[in-house]
Amino acid sequence: MTLPLGRAMREVFGETVAELADTDPRIVMLDADVGSSTRADIFEHRHPDRYLQMGIAEQNMLGVAAGLATVGLIPFVSTFVAFAVVRPLDQIRVLIAQTGLNVKITPGYAGIFTGLTGKTHLIVDDVSIMRAMPGMVTVCPADDIEAAQALRWCASYQGPAYIRLVRDATQRLFDGSYAFEFGRAVVVREGRDVTLISTGTQTPRVVDAAELLAAQGIEAHVLHVPTIKPLDVPAIVAAADRTGCVVTVEEHTIIGGLGGAVAEALSEHRPTLVKRLGMQDVFGESASNAALLELYGLSAARVSEQVAAICRTRGKEAAAQS
Amino acid sequence: MTTTTQDPEVRRLEESARRIRVEIIRAVNEAKAGHLGGPLSAADMLAALYFRVMRIRPEEPGWPDRDRFVLSKGHSSIGLYAALALRGYFPLGELATFDQAGTRLQGHPDMTRLPGLDMSTGSLGMGISAGLGIALGARLTGRSDVRTYVMLGDGECQEGEVWEAAMVAARYGLDTLIAIVDHNKLQQYGWAGDGPDGRLPPEAPGELVAKWAAFGWRVLEVDGHDMASVVDVLERAREGDGRPTVVISHTVKGKGVSFMEGHYYWHTRALTADEFATAMADLGEPVAATNGGAR
Repeated sequence: MTLPLGRAMREVFGETVAELADTDPRIVMLDADVGSSTRADIFEHRHPDRYLQMGIAEQNMLGVAAGLATVGLIPFVSTFVAFAVVRPLDQIRVLIAQTGLNVKITPGYAGIFTGLTGKTHLIVDDVSIMRAMPGMVTVCPADDIEAAQALRWCASYQGPAYIRLVRDATQRLFDGSYAFEFGRAVVVREGRDVTLISTGTQTPRVVDAAELLAAQGIEAHVLHVPTIKPLDVPAIVAAADRTGCVVTVEEHTIIGGLGGAVAEALSEHRPTLVKRLGMQDVFGESASNAALLELYGLSAARVSEQVAAICRTRGKEAAAQS
Repeated sequence: MTTTTQDPEVRRLEESARRIRVEIIRAVNEAKAGHLGGPLSAADMLAALYFRVMRIRPEEPGWPDRDRFVLSKGHSSIGLYAALALRGYFPLGELATFDQAGTRLQGHPDMTRLPGLDMSTGSLGMGISAGLGIALGARLTGRSDVRTYVMLGDGECQEGEVWEAAMVAARYGLDTLIAIVDHNKLQQYGWAGDGPDGRLPPEAPGELVAKWAAFGWRVLEVDGHDMASVVDVLERAREGDGRPTVVISHTVKGKGVSFMEGHYYWHTRALTADEFATAMADLGEPVAATNGGAR
């Protein structure tokens, strides 16, 4: 059984920010000519006076957002992740992170799900970059339910925030009873054999992978970490303690993102074997989402295969030592 | 600053500019390093803005209806700090802490440390975007009387972001945004060629005027060292005509200090004791040989 599809995260983005703006006149939306893709256009239709088209000029857009924040407005910056993070990175660093201004960087098209675009639009190091920046909180929602809640949370948070959003409909992990808590990780499956730690829209595939592992007699403990920074270190330590073997899984490079953050935390607080699944220091390429998930080992089936192999190796090692 | 006008208001502003220059030299001398050429070229414009044109309340730096100033050429920070101190934003003696550990007067402006700074800058090309955001935000929040001034360097206009901002500001008809280009015709190093000290100016003559006009801006030009003209052009710039305004301020890098004027290598440099004494004498503030320039 696999988790069902939820709504497209980009539509939830446009609707949620438009709803927030219904009651908060401080909210404005900045777009760099892709509102019809990111669905910032939903906001434009509802609040045309507060939809600020910035044209194909992303560096300026991030600077404008900083200026808007100084007069008490709450700018949501929207374009594709690649063009919201790395292209205007110095503007984010100097004008937003160093100032602590109240700018929300909420781009869509994160990771490898960019709609047949290839290397330029796929971005798999944004989490590493943003979490390394002092003062920048980094949130990766798992599904449409959590994305809406994270967006509502960030509107009330004072300071710069990065919310990593995905283009397409992804699998729905949570139901209406879920309550996103900033800075808190959440156990989404209990198990005793191996700890899987995931983030963003990879978590539903990891939950599916856990079901495939269960069929082989491996019970995985699954921790979802929506907030990469600040990291919920106690929850990660507790999850590691459950099994003594941790595998991180992310639709992102294994360098410096979730895997890096977990390895850093555990090496300081509870030295534990950590294996990192994700993009293995490579750029992306053009293909369907399903094909890319297979290619980079991130489909539920491929994750379960890799985790099972890790468990087998670990079992042999344990047997050899006893 | 060489005007011989009898207009007491102009003379008052010229004296403010002179004192800004004196404080620039003192602070950089005390820090043993710092930018000089750019702050000195901008001093008259800073005096006109802070002592005459801008609607500000030094005792209430966060006054919501104040005019804003963004020093996009953030490396000229000491010029802005001198203007702010002389205008009463903070004690004059604090200028001696410029660039020292723990100071509010960072090498490049940090709005989180010093009240009175409307934006942090230092990475070139960004201040104009932030100023555009401030002006747009002031309009959106109904503060239509607020004017936003952004001072750029002419070398800075090589940054692509400047032209992104220029394009967007014109699109929004943002006539409360006033850019000022301190056109001192020298950048830090630039291209080799047939110019002063073997370096070429950042732009060809007339190039900046043509570019800003092509981007849909109202372009005003002024001798940036003629105080009466500076005040006049800034007052005209306040009155919008539906377009953003740029003031191309023709200046001399290192203005006011004889041996610095027009030399690129005084962009940033430490002064010897003799150079310090000469600079202070040039600025009408001779120092006794023994006091080391203390206030």
